[in-house]
Amino acid sequence: MGEKILMKGNEVIAEAALRAGCRHYFGYPITPQTEVAHYFAKKMPEYGGTFIQAESEIAAMNMVYGAASAGARVMTSSSSPGISLKQEAISYAACAELPAVIVNIVRAGPGLGGILASQCDYFQSTKGGGHGDYRMVVLAPSSVQELYELVVDAFNIADRYRTLCMIMGDGMLGQMMEGVEFSDQEEIFKADKGWAVTGTGMTRENNMITSIYIDPEILEKHNLKLQAKYREITENETRVETYNCDGADIIVAAYGTVARIIKNVIKTAEKEGIKVGLIRPITLWPFPTATFEKYAEVPKAFLSVEMSAGQMVEDVRLSLNGKSPVHFLGRMGGMIPTQKEILEKIREILK
Amino acid sequence: MFDRRITIFTGHFGSGKTEVSVNYALQTAERGKKTAIVDLDIVNPFFRTADVRNMLEDKGIKVVTPVYANTNVDVPSLPAEINTMFEDRSYSVVLDVGGDDLGARAVSRYKEQIAGEDHIHYFVVNTRRPMTRTPEEIERMIWEIQTTAGIDVDMLVNNANLLGSTTPELLGEASSILHKVSEKLSIPIGFISGMQEVLFEYSGDPDIERLYMIKNIRLPWEEK
Repeated sequence: MGEKILMKGNEVIAEAALRAGCRHYFGYPITPQTEVAHYFAKKMPEYGGTFIQAESEIAAMNMVYGAASAGARVMTSSSSPGISLKQEAISYAACAELPAVIVNIVRAGPGLGGILASQCDYFQSTKGGGHGDYRMVVLAPSSVQELYELVVDAFNIADRYRTLCMIMGDGMLGQMMEGVEFSDQEEIFKADKGWAVTGTGMTRENNMITSIYIDPEILEKHNLKLQAKYREITENETRVETYNCDGADIIVAAYGTVARIIKNVIKTAEKEGIKVGLIRPITLWPFPTATFEKYAEVPKAFLSVEMSAGQMVEDVRLSLNGKSPVHFLGRMGGMIPTQKEILEKIREILK
Repeated sequence: MFDRRITIFTGHFGSGKTEVSVNYALQTAERGKKTAIVDLDIVNPFFRTADVRNMLEDKGIKVVTPVYANTNVDVPSLPAEINTMFEDRSYSVVLDVGGDDLGARAVSRYKEQIAGEDHIHYFVVNTRRPMTRTPEEIERMIWEIQTTAGIDVDMLVNNANLLGSTTPELLGEASSILHKVSEKLSIPIGFISGMQEVLFEYSGDPDIERLYMIKNIRLPWEEK
Protein backbone atom coordinates (compact mmCIF):
# COMPACT_ATOMS: atom_id res chain seq x y z
CA MET A 1 0.00 0.00 0.00
CA GLY A 2 1.21 3.50 -0.76
CA GLU A 3 0.87 6.57 1.45
CA LYS A 4 -2.46 8.09 2.27
CA ILE A 5 -3.60 11.03 0.17
CA LEU A 6 -6.63 13.26 0.39
CA MET A 7 -9.08 12.94 -2.47
CA LYS A 8 -12.61 13.78 -3.45
CA GLY A 9 -14.96 10.90 -4.17
CA ASN A 10 -15.33 11.98 -7.78
CA GLU A 11 -11.57 12.15 -8.30
CA VAL A 12 -11.19 8.70 -6.81
CA ILE A 13 -13.72 7.29 -9.29
CA ALA A 14 -11.52 8.44 -12.18
CA GLU A 15 -8.24 7.44 -10.52
CA ALA A 16 -9.59 3.97 -9.65
CA ALA A 17 -10.81 3.49 -13.22
CA LEU A 18 -7.37 4.38 -14.59
CA ARG A 19 -5.79 1.93 -12.15
CA ALA A 20 -8.25 -0.75 -13.27
CA GLY A 21 -7.07 -0.33 -16.84
CA CYS A 22 -9.89 1.87 -18.14
CA ARG A 23 -8.47 3.93 -21.00
CA HIS A 24 -11.70 5.24 -22.50
CA TYR A 25 -14.10 7.67 -20.88
CA PHE A 26 -17.08 9.31 -22.50
CA GLY A 27 -19.25 11.73 -20.57
CA TYR A 28 -21.03 15.01 -20.33
CA PRO A 29 -20.69 17.38 -17.38
CA ILE A 30 -23.38 17.59 -14.69
CA THR A 31 -23.20 18.56 -11.02
CA PRO A 32 -22.41 16.86 -8.64
CA GLN A 33 -20.10 14.49 -10.59
CA THR A 34 -18.27 16.80 -13.00
CA GLU A 35 -14.93 16.28 -11.25
CA VAL A 36 -14.91 12.75 -12.67
CA ALA A 37 -14.67 14.18 -16.17
CA HIS A 38 -12.34 16.95 -14.99
CA TYR A 39 -9.88 14.42 -13.56
CA PHE A 40 -10.00 12.21 -16.65
CA ALA A 41 -9.49 15.25 -18.90
CA LYS A 42 -6.29 16.11 -17.02
CA LYS A 43 -4.96 12.58 -16.61
CA MET A 44 -6.07 10.56 -19.65
CA PRO A 45 -3.50 12.13 -22.03
CA GLU A 46 -0.69 10.83 -19.76
CA TYR A 47 -2.03 7.29 -20.30
CA GLY A 48 -2.57 7.67 -24.03
CA GLY A 49 -6.27 6.96 -23.57
CA THR A 50 -9.43 8.56 -24.89
CA PHE A 51 -11.34 11.32 -23.11
CA ILE A 52 -14.33 12.68 -24.96
CA GLN A 53 -16.81 15.24 -23.73
CA ALA A 54 -19.65 14.01 -25.90
CA GLU A 55 -22.38 16.22 -27.31
CA SER A 56 -24.89 14.65 -24.94
CA GLU A 57 -25.35 11.87 -22.39
CA ILE A 58 -27.09 9.80 -25.06
CA ALA A 59 -24.06 10.06 -27.32
CA ALA A 60 -21.68 9.26 -24.45
CA MET A 61 -23.48 6.01 -23.59
CA ASN A 62 -23.53 4.98 -27.25
CA MET A 63 -19.78 5.64 -27.41
CA VAL A 64 -19.46 3.30 -24.41
CA TYR A 65 -21.40 0.71 -26.42
CA GLY A 66 -18.88 1.08 -29.23
CA ALA A 67 -15.73 0.89 -27.11
CA ALA A 68 -17.10 -2.08 -25.10
CA SER A 69 -17.93 -3.88 -28.36
CA ALA A 70 -14.26 -3.59 -29.26
CA GLY A 71 -13.35 -5.21 -25.93
CA ALA A 72 -12.00 -2.12 -24.19
CA ARG A 73 -12.47 -1.26 -20.52
CA VAL A 74 -14.72 1.78 -20.68
CA MET A 75 -16.65 4.07 -18.36
CA THR A 76 -19.23 6.82 -18.39
CA SER A 77 -20.51 8.86 -15.49
CA SER A 78 -23.35 11.25 -14.88
CA SER A 79 -25.96 12.29 -12.36
CA SER A 80 -29.66 11.44 -12.26
CA PRO A 81 -31.19 13.36 -15.25
CA GLY A 82 -28.14 12.42 -17.31
CA ILE A 83 -28.54 8.74 -16.37
CA SER A 84 -32.17 8.94 -17.51
CA LEU A 85 -30.93 10.04 -20.92
CA LYS A 86 -28.58 7.07 -21.15
CA GLN A 87 -31.28 4.45 -20.54
CA GLU A 88 -32.00 3.44 -24.13
CA ALA A 89 -28.34 2.66 -24.78
CA ILE A 90 -28.05 0.95 -21.38
CA SER A 91 -30.82 -1.46 -22.37
CA TYR A 92 -29.14 -2.08 -25.74
CA ALA A 93 -25.78 -2.72 -24.05
CA ALA A 94 -27.42 -5.09 -21.54
CA CYS A 95 -28.97 -7.08 -24.39
CA ALA A 96 -25.68 -7.14 -26.30
CA GLU A 97 -23.96 -8.30 -23.06
CA LEU A 98 -21.39 -5.54 -23.10
CA PRO A 99 -19.11 -5.07 -20.09
CA ALA A 100 -18.92 -1.44 -19.00
CA VAL A 101 -19.03 0.69 -15.87
CA ILE A 102 -21.61 3.44 -15.38
CA VAL A 103 -21.39 5.87 -12.47
CA ASN A 104 -24.43 7.66 -11.09
CA ILE A 105 -23.74 10.33 -8.48
CA VAL A 106 -27.37 10.80 -7.64
CA ARG A 107 -28.97 14.20 -7.16
CA ALA A 108 -32.40 15.00 -5.82
CA GLY A 109 -35.29 14.56 -8.24
CA PRO A 110 -37.65 14.16 -9.90
CA GLY A 111 -37.04 16.28 -12.98
CA LEU A 112 -34.05 18.58 -13.04
CA GLY A 113 -34.43 18.55 -9.26
CA GLY A 114 -31.58 19.85 -7.13
CA ILE A 115 -27.88 19.20 -6.88
CA LEU A 116 -27.77 17.94 -3.31
CA ALA A 117 -27.38 14.40 -2.00
CA SER A 118 -30.17 11.89 -2.61
CA GLN A 119 -30.83 8.17 -3.08
CA CYS A 120 -33.97 8.61 -5.15
CA ASP A 121 -32.60 6.61 -8.12
CA TYR A 122 -32.67 3.24 -6.35
CA PHE A 123 -35.66 2.03 -8.40
CA GLN A 124 -34.12 3.28 -11.64
CA SER A 125 -30.82 1.51 -10.97
CA THR A 126 -32.03 -1.80 -9.56
CA LYS A 127 -35.32 -2.40 -11.35
CA GLY A 128 -34.20 -1.49 -14.85
CA GLY A 129 -34.35 2.20 -15.81
CA GLY A 130 -34.40 1.13 -19.41
CA HIS A 131 -36.78 -1.28 -21.13
CA GLY A 132 -36.75 -5.05 -21.17
CA ASP A 133 -35.90 -7.89 -18.80
CA TYR A 134 -32.38 -6.90 -17.89
CA ARG A 135 -30.39 -6.36 -14.71
CA MET A 136 -27.13 -4.69 -13.92
CA VAL A 137 -24.93 -4.98 -10.88
CA VAL A 138 -25.34 -1.90 -8.66
CA LEU A 139 -22.61 -1.17 -6.11
CA ALA A 140 -23.20 1.40 -3.34
CA PRO A 141 -20.02 2.52 -1.55
CA SER A 142 -20.22 4.43 1.72
CA SER A 143 -16.71 5.91 1.95
CA VAL A 144 -14.13 7.27 -0.45
CA GLN A 145 -11.83 4.30 0.27
CA GLU A 146 -14.62 1.85 -0.51
CA LEU A 147 -15.51 3.83 -3.61
CA TYR A 148 -12.00 3.20 -4.92
CA GLU A 149 -12.18 -0.54 -4.20
CA LEU A 150 -15.64 -0.97 -5.70
CA VAL A 151 -14.79 0.89 -8.91
CA VAL A 152 -11.92 -1.55 -9.48
CA ASP A 153 -14.24 -4.46 -8.63
CA ALA A 154 -16.90 -3.10 -10.97
CA PHE A 155 -14.56 -3.40 -13.95
CA ASN A 156 -13.68 -6.97 -12.95
CA ILE A 157 -17.31 -7.99 -12.45
CA ALA A 158 -18.26 -6.37 -15.77
CA ASP A 159 -15.58 -8.35 -17.64
CA ARG A 160 -16.17 -11.60 -15.77
CA TYR A 161 -19.87 -11.77 -16.62
CA ARG A 162 -20.07 -9.54 -19.70
CA THR A 163 -22.43 -7.27 -17.84
CA LEU A 164 -23.03 -3.63 -17.04
CA CYS A 165 -21.99 -2.52 -13.59
CA MET A 166 -23.20 0.65 -11.93
CA ILE A 167 -21.59 2.59 -9.11
CA MET A 168 -24.32 4.46 -7.28
CA GLY A 169 -23.31 7.20 -4.87
CA ASP A 170 -24.73 10.55 -3.83
CA GLY A 171 -23.52 14.13 -4.04
CA MET A 172 -22.02 13.88 -0.58
CA LEU A 173 -19.84 10.90 -1.48
CA GLY A 174 -18.84 12.47 -4.80
CA GLN A 175 -17.94 15.81 -3.29
CA MET A 176 -16.40 14.99 0.04
CA MET A 177 -12.72 14.53 0.72
CA GLU A 178 -11.30 11.63 2.65
CA GLY A 179 -7.95 9.97 3.01
CA VAL A 180 -7.48 7.13 0.55
CA GLU A 181 -4.74 4.55 0.22
CA PHE A 182 -4.16 2.90 -3.13
CA SER A 183 -2.72 -0.59 -3.66
CA ASP A 184 0.64 -0.85 -5.37
CA GLN A 185 -1.01 -2.98 -8.00
CA GLU A 186 -4.65 -3.70 -8.76
CA GLU A 187 -5.97 -7.20 -9.21
CA ILE A 188 -7.29 -7.19 -12.73
CA PHE A 189 -9.46 -10.00 -14.06
CA LYS A 190 -8.17 -10.84 -17.53
CA ALA A 191 -11.16 -11.85 -19.60
CA ASP A 192 -10.95 -13.73 -22.86
CA LYS A 193 -12.75 -11.32 -25.15
CA GLY A 194 -12.90 -13.58 -28.17
CA TRP A 195 -16.37 -12.17 -28.80
CA ALA A 196 -15.17 -8.59 -29.36
CA VAL A 197 -15.27 -6.88 -32.74
CA THR A 198 -11.62 -6.14 -33.26
CA GLY A 199 -11.16 -7.06 -36.91
CA THR A 200 -10.84 -10.60 -38.27
CA GLY A 201 -7.51 -10.11 -40.01
CA MET A 202 -9.10 -12.45 -42.58
CA THR A 203 -8.24 -15.32 -40.22
CA ARG A 204 -11.63 -16.04 -38.60
CA GLU A 205 -15.37 -15.62 -39.02
CA ASN A 206 -16.59 -12.14 -38.09
CA ASN A 207 -18.01 -11.51 -34.62
CA MET A 208 -21.35 -9.79 -34.24
CA ILE A 209 -22.52 -7.52 -31.42
CA THR A 210 -26.23 -6.86 -31.60
CA SER A 211 -29.34 -6.18 -29.57
CA ILE A 212 -31.88 -7.05 -32.21
CA TYR A 213 -33.40 -10.54 -32.40
CA ILE A 214 -36.44 -10.57 -34.67
CA ASP A 215 -37.13 -14.30 -34.36
CA PRO A 216 -39.18 -14.84 -31.13
CA GLU A 217 -37.73 -18.30 -30.38
CA ILE A 218 -34.21 -16.92 -30.61
CA LEU A 219 -35.04 -13.84 -28.54
CA GLU A 220 -36.61 -15.97 -25.81
CA LYS A 221 -33.54 -18.20 -25.81
CA HIS A 222 -31.33 -15.14 -25.50
CA ASN A 223 -33.45 -13.88 -22.59
CA LEU A 224 -33.14 -17.24 -20.84
CA LYS A 225 -29.39 -17.02 -21.22
CA LEU A 226 -29.41 -13.54 -19.68
CA GLN A 227 -31.57 -14.71 -16.78
CA ALA A 228 -29.22 -17.64 -16.10
CA LYS A 229 -26.34 -15.19 -15.98
CA TYR A 230 -28.23 -12.94 -13.54
CA ARG A 231 -28.80 -15.96 -11.28
CA GLU A 232 -25.09 -16.73 -11.38
CA ILE A 233 -24.25 -13.13 -10.48
CA THR A 234 -26.76 -13.25 -7.61
CA GLU A 235 -25.10 -16.37 -6.27
CA ASN A 236 -21.52 -15.14 -6.56
CA GLU A 237 -21.52 -11.37 -6.23
CA THR A 238 -24.04 -10.38 -3.55
CA ARG A 239 -22.27 -8.19 -1.01
CA VAL A 240 -23.44 -6.89 2.34
CA GLU A 241 -22.06 -5.58 5.61
CA THR A 242 -23.76 -6.52 8.86
CA TYR A 243 -22.95 -4.69 12.06
CA ASN A 244 -24.16 -5.25 15.61
CA CYS A 245 -27.09 -7.44 14.43
CA ASP A 246 -26.90 -10.38 16.88
CA GLY A 247 -29.44 -9.82 19.62
CA ALA A 248 -30.43 -6.40 18.24
CA ASP A 249 -33.66 -4.74 19.41
CA ILE A 250 -34.07 -3.18 15.99
CA ILE A 251 -32.16 -3.59 12.73
CA VAL A 252 -31.73 -0.61 10.45
CA ALA A 253 -31.30 -1.12 6.71
CA ALA A 254 -29.30 1.67 5.11
CA TYR A 255 -26.76 1.98 2.31
CA GLY A 256 -24.14 4.45 1.12
CA THR A 257 -23.51 7.59 3.18
CA VAL A 258 -26.70 7.06 5.22
CA ALA A 259 -25.19 3.90 6.73
CA ARG A 260 -22.41 6.05 8.22
CA ILE A 261 -24.95 8.19 10.02
CA ILE A 262 -26.52 4.98 11.38
CA LYS A 263 -23.19 3.83 12.83
CA ASN A 264 -23.11 6.94 15.02
CA VAL A 265 -26.78 6.41 15.96
CA ILE A 266 -25.79 2.91 17.11
CA LYS A 267 -23.27 4.41 19.56
CA THR A 268 -25.73 6.93 20.96
CA ALA A 269 -28.54 4.36 21.25
CA GLU A 270 -26.22 2.00 23.12
CA LYS A 271 -25.93 4.59 25.91
CA GLU A 272 -29.72 4.44 26.29
CA GLY A 273 -29.62 0.64 26.42
CA ILE A 274 -31.05 0.17 22.93
CA LYS A 275 -29.19 -2.28 20.71
CA VAL A 276 -29.41 -1.17 17.09
CA GLY A 277 -28.10 -3.40 14.30
CA LEU A 278 -27.24 -2.38 10.76
CA ILE A 279 -27.58 -4.28 7.50
CA ARG A 280 -25.82 -2.33 4.79
CA PRO A 281 -26.37 -3.69 1.29
CA ILE A 282 -23.20 -3.06 -0.73
CA THR A 283 -24.77 -4.55 -3.86
CA LEU A 284 -28.23 -3.02 -4.28
CA TRP A 285 -28.70 -5.49 -7.10
CA PRO A 286 -28.26 -8.36 -6.39
CA PHE A 287 -30.03 -7.49 -3.13
CA PRO A 288 -28.76 -9.35 -0.02
CA THR A 289 -32.09 -11.10 0.56
CA ALA A 290 -30.48 -14.04 2.40
CA THR A 291 -28.98 -11.74 5.05
CA PHE A 292 -32.39 -10.23 5.81
CA GLU A 293 -33.86 -13.75 5.98
CA LYS A 294 -31.13 -14.77 8.40
CA TYR A 295 -31.90 -11.94 10.84
CA ALA A 296 -35.66 -11.82 10.14
CA GLU A 297 -36.71 -12.97 13.58
CA VAL A 298 -33.93 -11.40 15.65
CA PRO A 299 -35.18 -7.84 16.29
CA LYS A 300 -38.63 -6.52 17.26
CA ALA A 301 -38.72 -4.54 14.00
CA PHE A 302 -36.74 -3.38 10.99
CA LEU A 303 -36.32 0.25 9.90
CA SER A 304 -35.18 1.34 6.46
CA VAL A 305 -33.55 4.79 6.41
CA GLU A 306 -33.10 6.37 3.01
CA MET A 307 -32.74 9.67 1.22
CA SER A 308 -35.85 8.85 -0.81
CA ALA A 309 -39.61 8.48 -0.43
CA GLY A 310 -39.14 4.78 0.31
CA GLN A 311 -37.54 2.66 -2.40
CA MET A 312 -35.15 0.10 -0.89
CA VAL A 313 -37.76 -0.48 1.84
CA GLU A 314 -39.78 -2.46 -0.74
CA ASP A 315 -36.90 -4.94 -1.18
CA VAL A 316 -36.50 -5.13 2.61
CA ARG A 317 -40.22 -6.06 2.88
CA LEU A 318 -39.95 -8.61 0.06
CA SER A 319 -36.91 -10.18 1.70
CA LEU A 320 -38.52 -10.41 5.14
CA ASN A 321 -41.75 -11.65 3.59
CA GLY A 322 -43.95 -10.61 6.51
CA LYS A 323 -41.78 -12.17 9.22
CA SER A 324 -41.11 -8.83 10.91
CA PRO A 325 -42.67 -5.35 10.84
CA VAL A 326 -40.79 -2.93 8.56
CA HIS A 327 -40.77 0.81 9.22
CA PHE A 328 -39.46 3.62 7.09
CA LEU A 329 -37.76 6.98 7.61
CA GLY A 330 -36.84 9.06 4.60
CA ARG A 331 -35.82 12.58 3.66
CA MET A 332 -36.05 14.00 0.17
CA GLY A 333 -34.99 16.93 -1.97
CA GLY A 334 -31.38 16.90 -0.79
CA MET A 335 -32.21 16.83 2.92
CA ILE A 336 -30.16 14.37 4.97
CA PRO A 337 -31.66 12.37 7.87
CA THR A 338 -30.11 13.57 11.13
CA GLN A 339 -28.89 11.30 13.91
CA LYS A 340 -31.45 12.92 16.20
CA GLU A 341 -34.51 12.18 14.06
CA ILE A 342 -33.38 8.60 13.41
CA LEU A 343 -32.95 7.99 17.13
CA GLU A 344 -36.38 9.49 17.84
CA LYS A 345 -37.92 7.20 15.24
CA ILE A 346 -36.22 4.17 16.81
CA ARG A 347 -37.52 5.13 20.29
CA GLU A 348 -41.02 5.59 18.87
CA ILE A 349 -40.97 2.16 17.15
CA LEU A 350 -39.73 0.36 20.26
CA LYS A 351 -42.17 2.09 22.61
CA MET B 1 -0.60 38.51 8.08
CA PHE B 2 -3.96 40.28 8.40
CA ASP B 3 -2.59 43.66 7.29
CA ARG B 4 -3.58 43.87 3.63
CA ARG B 5 -6.73 45.46 2.25
CA ILE B 6 -7.39 42.49 -0.03
CA THR B 7 -6.22 38.93 0.66
CA ILE B 8 -6.66 36.37 -2.10
CA PHE B 9 -6.53 32.61 -1.56
CA THR B 10 -6.12 30.28 -4.54
CA GLY B 11 -4.91 26.71 -4.90
CA HIS B 12 -5.56 23.24 -6.24
CA PHE B 13 -9.14 22.40 -5.63
CA GLY B 14 -9.43 20.60 -2.35
CA SER B 15 -6.29 22.26 -1.00
CA GLY B 16 -8.29 23.57 1.94
CA LYS B 17 -8.65 27.17 0.73
CA THR B 18 -12.12 27.56 2.21
CA GLU B 19 -11.11 26.39 5.69
CA VAL B 20 -8.05 28.68 5.53
CA SER B 21 -10.08 31.63 4.20
CA VAL B 22 -12.76 31.27 6.88
CA ASN B 23 -10.23 31.06 9.70
CA TYR B 24 -8.21 33.93 8.24
CA ALA B 25 -11.35 36.09 8.05
CA LEU B 26 -12.32 35.19 11.63
CA GLN B 27 -8.90 36.16 12.94
CA THR B 28 -8.89 39.37 10.88
CA ALA B 29 -12.21 40.30 12.51
CA GLU B 30 -10.83 39.40 15.96
CA ARG B 31 -8.22 42.11 15.39
CA GLY B 32 -11.06 44.64 15.28
CA LYS B 33 -11.03 45.08 11.53
CA LYS B 34 -14.21 45.50 9.50
CA THR B 35 -14.01 42.24 7.58
CA ALA B 36 -15.70 40.76 4.53
CA ILE B 37 -15.29 37.32 3.00
CA VAL B 38 -16.17 36.77 -0.64
CA ASP B 39 -16.95 33.24 -1.83
CA LEU B 40 -15.66 33.32 -5.40
CA ASP B 41 -15.82 29.54 -5.63
CA ILE B 42 -18.06 28.90 -8.60
CA VAL B 43 -16.47 25.48 -9.25
CA ASN B 44 -17.49 23.52 -6.21
CA PRO B 45 -21.17 23.70 -5.29
CA PHE B 46 -20.89 21.73 -2.03
CA PHE B 47 -19.09 22.58 1.21
CA ARG B 48 -18.50 26.29 0.63
CA THR B 49 -18.25 29.33 2.84
CA ALA B 50 -22.03 29.64 2.31
CA ASP B 51 -22.26 26.64 4.64
CA VAL B 52 -20.86 28.63 7.54
CA ARG B 53 -22.52 31.87 6.61
CA ASN B 54 -24.52 32.25 9.81
CA MET B 55 -21.54 31.67 12.07
CA LEU B 56 -19.51 34.30 10.19
CA GLU B 57 -22.33 36.84 10.22
CA ASP B 58 -22.77 36.35 13.96
CA LYS B 59 -19.16 37.48 14.33
CA GLY B 60 -19.89 40.62 12.31
CA ILE B 61 -18.23 39.41 9.11
CA LYS B 62 -19.90 40.40 5.87
CA VAL B 63 -20.41 37.35 3.62
CA VAL B 64 -20.75 37.71 -0.14
CA THR B 65 -21.59 34.51 -2.07
CA PRO B 66 -22.40 33.60 -5.68
CA VAL B 67 -26.08 34.00 -6.47
CA TYR B 68 -26.76 30.26 -6.86
CA ALA B 69 -26.10 29.74 -3.18
CA ASN B 70 -29.58 31.14 -2.60
CA THR B 71 -31.39 29.49 -5.48
CA ASN B 72 -29.82 26.01 -5.48
CA VAL B 73 -29.55 26.09 -9.26
CA ASP B 74 -26.12 25.08 -10.43
CA VAL B 75 -25.64 28.02 -12.76
CA PRO B 76 -23.63 30.37 -10.58
CA SER B 77 -23.28 34.06 -11.25
CA LEU B 78 -21.16 36.66 -9.52
CA PRO B 79 -23.25 39.28 -7.69
CA ALA B 80 -22.70 42.98 -8.35
CA GLU B 81 -22.15 43.31 -4.60
CA ILE B 82 -18.60 42.01 -5.09
CA ASN B 83 -17.71 45.30 -6.77
CA THR B 84 -18.59 47.25 -3.64
CA MET B 85 -15.83 45.32 -1.86
CA PHE B 86 -13.32 47.03 -4.13
CA GLU B 87 -15.02 50.46 -3.84
CA ASP B 88 -15.53 50.54 -0.05
CA ARG B 89 -12.02 50.80 1.37
CA SER B 90 -13.21 50.50 4.97
CA TYR B 91 -13.31 46.72 4.55
CA SER B 92 -10.53 44.15 4.89
CA VAL B 93 -11.56 41.67 2.22
CA VAL B 94 -10.76 37.94 2.03
CA LEU B 95 -11.32 36.35 -1.39
CA ASP B 96 -11.91 32.58 -1.33
CA VAL B 97 -11.28 31.63 -4.96
CA GLY B 98 -12.37 28.32 -6.54
CA GLY B 99 -9.91 25.54 -7.27
CA ASP B 100 -7.41 25.16 -10.09
CA ASP B 101 -7.19 27.38 -13.17
CA LEU B 102 -10.93 26.91 -13.72
CA GLY B 103 -11.75 28.54 -10.39
CA ALA B 104 -9.12 31.23 -10.86
CA ARG B 105 -10.92 32.42 -13.98
CA ALA B 106 -13.62 33.99 -11.78
CA VAL B 107 -11.14 36.21 -9.94
CA SER B 108 -9.46 37.34 -13.19
CA ARG B 109 -12.66 39.33 -13.81
CA TYR B 110 -11.45 41.67 -11.02
CA LYS B 111 -7.73 41.70 -11.75
CA GLU B 112 -7.57 45.41 -12.68
CA GLN B 113 -9.45 46.44 -9.53
CA ILE B 114 -7.22 44.20 -7.39
CA ALA B 115 -4.03 45.52 -9.00
CA GLY B 116 -4.96 49.04 -7.89
CA GLU B 117 -5.43 47.99 -4.23
CA ASP B 118 -3.09 46.93 -1.44
CA HIS B 119 -3.33 43.16 -1.87
CA ILE B 120 -1.63 39.82 -1.29
CA HIS B 121 -2.15 36.57 -3.20
CA TYR B 122 -1.59 33.39 -1.17
CA PHE B 123 -1.30 30.03 -2.93
CA VAL B 124 -2.58 27.29 -0.59
CA VAL B 125 -0.91 23.88 -0.89
CA ASN B 126 -1.83 20.51 0.53
CA THR B 127 0.98 18.18 -0.52
CA ARG B 128 -1.29 15.16 0.09
CA ARG B 129 -3.57 16.12 -2.78
CA PRO B 130 -3.10 14.17 -6.01
CA MET B 131 -1.98 17.01 -8.33
CA THR B 132 0.24 18.95 -5.90
CA ARG B 133 2.45 16.26 -4.36
CA THR B 134 5.85 17.13 -5.85
CA PRO B 135 7.69 20.46 -6.38
CA GLU B 136 7.20 20.02 -10.14
CA GLU B 137 3.44 19.49 -9.83
CA ILE B 138 3.10 22.47 -7.46
CA GLU B 139 5.07 24.68 -9.83
CA ARG B 140 2.81 23.69 -12.71
CA MET B 141 -0.32 24.42 -10.66
CA ILE B 142 1.01 27.85 -9.63
CA TRP B 143 1.78 28.65 -13.22
CA GLU B 144 -1.69 27.57 -14.42
CA ILE B 145 -3.49 29.52 -11.72
CA GLN B 146 -1.57 32.77 -11.88
CA THR B 147 -1.72 32.78 -15.67
CA THR B 148 -5.49 32.35 -15.61
CA ALA B 149 -6.07 34.72 -12.68
CA GLY B 150 -3.80 37.40 -14.10
CA ILE B 151 -2.56 38.01 -10.55
CA ASP B 152 0.91 36.83 -9.48
CA VAL B 153 1.26 34.57 -6.46
CA ASP B 154 3.02 36.45 -3.63
CA MET B 155 3.33 33.76 -0.99
CA LEU B 156 2.83 30.03 -0.39
CA VAL B 157 0.75 28.55 2.41
CA ASN B 158 1.64 25.14 3.86
CA ASN B 159 -1.78 23.60 4.51
CA ALA B 160 -0.72 19.94 4.40
CA ASN B 161 -3.47 17.79 5.85
CA LEU B 162 -5.27 14.47 5.84
CA LEU B 163 -8.24 15.95 7.69
CA GLY B 164 -8.50 14.22 11.10
CA SER B 165 -5.43 12.08 10.48
CA THR B 166 -3.02 15.02 10.10
CA THR B 167 0.22 14.75 12.06
CA PRO B 168 3.03 17.23 12.82
CA GLU B 169 5.31 14.94 10.75
CA LEU B 170 3.09 15.58 7.73
CA LEU B 171 3.63 19.35 8.09
CA GLY B 172 7.37 18.69 8.21
CA GLU B 173 7.25 16.53 5.08
CA ALA B 174 5.30 19.28 3.27
CA SER B 175 7.70 21.93 4.52
CA SER B 176 10.68 20.38 2.77
CA ILE B 177 8.69 20.13 -0.48
CA LEU B 178 7.54 23.76 -0.22
CA HIS B 179 11.02 25.06 0.57
CA LYS B 180 12.19 23.59 -2.73
CA VAL B 181 9.37 25.35 -4.61
CA SER B 182 10.02 28.57 -2.70
CA GLU B 183 13.72 28.54 -3.55
CA LYS B 184 13.20 27.79 -7.21
CA LEU B 185 10.44 30.34 -7.83
CA SER B 186 11.58 32.94 -5.25
CA ILE B 187 8.14 32.89 -3.64
CA PRO B 188 8.36 32.92 0.17
CA ILE B 189 6.27 30.70 2.45
CA GLY B 190 3.75 33.10 4.00
CA PHE B 191 2.44 30.92 6.78
CA ILE B 192 1.70 27.40 7.95
CA SER B 193 -1.93 26.58 8.65
CA GLY B 194 -3.37 23.66 10.54
CA MET B 195 -5.92 22.64 13.11
CA GLN B 196 -4.65 24.11 16.35
CA GLU B 197 -4.22 20.77 18.13
CA VAL B 198 -1.86 19.54 15.38
CA LEU B 199 -0.06 22.82 14.72
CA PHE B 200 0.83 23.27 18.43
CA GLU B 201 2.73 19.99 18.19
CA TYR B 202 4.76 21.05 15.15
CA SER B 203 8.21 22.34 16.13
CA GLY B 204 9.66 22.96 12.65
CA ASP B 205 9.90 26.26 10.76
CA PRO B 206 10.19 28.51 13.84
CA ASP B 207 10.66 31.60 11.65
CA ILE B 208 7.44 31.15 9.68
CA GLU B 209 4.11 32.60 10.81
CA ARG B 210 1.21 30.28 11.70
CA LEU B 211 -2.54 30.26 11.32
CA TYR B 212 -4.07 28.16 14.09
CA MET B 213 -7.40 26.96 12.75
CA ILE B 214 -10.60 25.59 14.24
CA LYS B 215 -12.89 23.27 12.31
CA ASN B 216 -15.99 24.99 10.95
CA ILE B 217 -17.40 22.51 8.44
CA ARG B 218 -18.82 19.20 9.64
CA LEU B 219 -20.33 16.19 7.90
CA PRO B 220 -23.66 14.63 8.93
CA TRP B 221 -21.94 11.73 10.74
CA GLU B 222 -19.60 14.09 12.58
CA GLU B 223 -22.41 16.07 14.22
CA LYS B 224 -22.92 15.51 17.89
